[in-house]
Amino acid sequence: MIRSLSRWFSTLGVVAAMTLPAVAATQLTGAGSTFDYPFFSKAFYIYSQQNPDVTVNYQSIGSGGGIQQFTAKTIDFGATDVPMNASELARAGQPVLQLPVTLGGAAIAYNLPGVTKPLRLTRQAVVDIYLGKITKWNDPAIAKSNPGVSLPDMPIVVVHRSDGSGTTYIFTDFLSHVSPEWKSKVGTGKSVSWPAPSAVGAKGNEGVAGQVRSTPGAIGYVELAYVIENHIPAATLQNRAGRWVPVSPETVAAAAAGRPDVNASNFSIVDEPGANAWPISGYSWVVVYKKPSDANRAKLLYNVLTWLVGPQGQSNAKSVDYVPLPGNVQATALSTLKQMQH
Amino acid sequence: MDNLEPRFRRVARFVSPVDRGFAAIVYAGSILFALLIIGLFVELVLGSWPSIAAFKFSFIWKSEWDPVSNKFGALPMIYGTVVSSFIAIALASFVGIMAAVYLSDFAPRWLANPLSFLIELLAAVPSVVYGLWGLFVLAPFVRTGLGPVLQHVLGWTPLFAGPIYGVGLLTGGIILSLMIVPTVTAISRDILVAIPRDLREASMAVGTTKWEMAMRVVLPAARVGIFGACVLALGRALGETIAVTMVIGNRPQISASLFAPSYTLASVIANEFTEATTSLYISALIELGLILFFVSMIVNGVARLMIWSVRGSDRTA
Repeated sequence: MIRSLSRWFSTLGVVAAMTLPAVAATQLTGAGSTFDYPFFSKAFYIYSQQNPDVTVNYQSIGSGGGIQQFTAKTIDFGATDVPMNASELARAGQPVLQLPVTLGGAAIAYNLPGVTKPLRLTRQAVVDIYLGKITKWNDPAIAKSNPGVSLPDMPIVVVHRSDGSGTTYIFTDFLSHVSPEWKSKVGTGKSVSWPAPSAVGAKGNEGVAGQVRSTPGAIGYVELAYVIENHIPAATLQNRAGRWVPVSPETVAAAAAGRPDVNASNFSIVDEPGANAWPISGYSWVVVYKKPSDANRAKLLYNVLTWLVGPQGQSNAKSVDYVPLPGNVQATALSTLKQMQH
Repeated sequence: MDNLEPRFRRVARFVSPVDRGFAAIVYAGSILFALLIIGLFVELVLGSWPSIAAFKFSFIWKSEWDPVSNKFGALPMIYGTVVSSFIAIALASFVGIMAAVYLSDFAPRWLANPLSFLIELLAAVPSVVYGLWGLFVLAPFVRTGLGPVLQHVLGWTPLFAGPIYGVGLLTGGIILSLMIVPTVTAISRDILVAIPRDLREASMAVGTTKWEMAMRVVLPAARVGIFGACVLALGRALGETIAVTMVIGNRPQISASLFAPSYTLASVIANEFTEATTSLYISALIELGLILFFVSMIVNGVARLMIWSVRGSDRTA
């Protein structure tokens, strides 16, 4: 009995020794977008290695939850794939700053047995496939863009994300920009009512990619990082400039670099006119209060975010296959952040 | 105390303080559960009030689910939930009960124990694992193997017509049946084993075969309990979320074909709750939870009625 008790206490001692340094560091908490999570966990880990007095605890509970927690003031910052809109800002009750923090793009994955060359699609073809107007792979609208490729006479199975997601938002934003019909019939959102009769919903990037991979004739949009890491064949799109561009961190960054004045009320960068711009791109955002109540925490948060949207923080994006903010957008984000009381 | 003979009832009344204390604990335990259910119900109603006020009863019979224009109707999800669960219980009850009969009356002892252990182990597999297996193994099998065969034989019925995507109502039902089979088998086996030996011996004594004994004597004697096991399993199927979400196709539509993609109440909530931002949208999702609560209640209620009618007919017989 006594021996087991003493063992107990020595364990307690070890636990206390392990947790004591962590108690000394200030913990900042953030919550929101699941898209940001791989990038944040890498970047914040590096940051607390360099600054042992701060740790950042980020919970990827989804953008909606992030905004709720942020509005309820239970966290220091929120992260969301779509900036807070006017009514959400009103509910927050005090001025909010929103800064772009990382870039994302949606790739078009497909499964066409026997087709080895990267598939080429016009923007209108993507719209018509998702509207259910193009239903076969050998449709002239697709065949015309792929000379010399024998496309199978196979029905197209349209796959989309079933869970609400920022990737769906960017993709439907793209479709709405290209097609007035899509805009009026379906619209833009994190979850929409998909019109194609063959549409199938799959959960998460892994669900969509898995569904596409196991269904011959399937097409689906998947987040860029996931496509790179898993070597999934992705279509080349004709962008607004008329050029055929593959999806890659470079073409997504090119779309962003064309719009350095991006801000929370004018944030869409889909279908940009740049020659090298990937048309299905978008930002993810961090939201903070302009005047946080706790001056000490505000100072620390300001430092973390300055580092995160600056060159040092952004340099961590590449290693997790995220797209770093172009230099001119970093400058925009930093000047927004400067307004924060710190 | 109803199950005691009258002459014991007086003795069994709570007399000493210890007995009273024990009674208090027992009552508190059962009241706690009642309070939990009531609290859950109240919370669901409060949370879904904006949606109830906006859509009234049309929420239940409308088929549109469009978060962009804030139009919500739950009918396709109610349909998907009920049909996928019934496919599951139809498959699982047959296989599960047969397995239970084998384990209790036919399997040699050295085989019966490890086998029932294995079946119970199925219940411990996390549902996301079932889901992934369903997505990568079962769905392709349904698309290329099972589906075409069913369509070839039964394609003339609307149930098996139309394109086969792999994911869909049938695949969701099969995954669910795998998940609830351990519940059916484990409980049914325990009930069958508890049927008195005398009954079996009497049956053998009048010259029945082992097969006749199991089917005509043992199973009928255990039917009320086995029915209860199926109801419990059905309850799990109605509320199961992740595995079904991964293989049902997540499409809010009502289609006669079992190959068509469908959607369940729990799946919509799991899919859309984290990213729902407008208050009406969130409230509509909570109302789906409320409807799931009612669907489970109705299914359980009907099952109770069926158990009572079986018992009643036993008594009159």
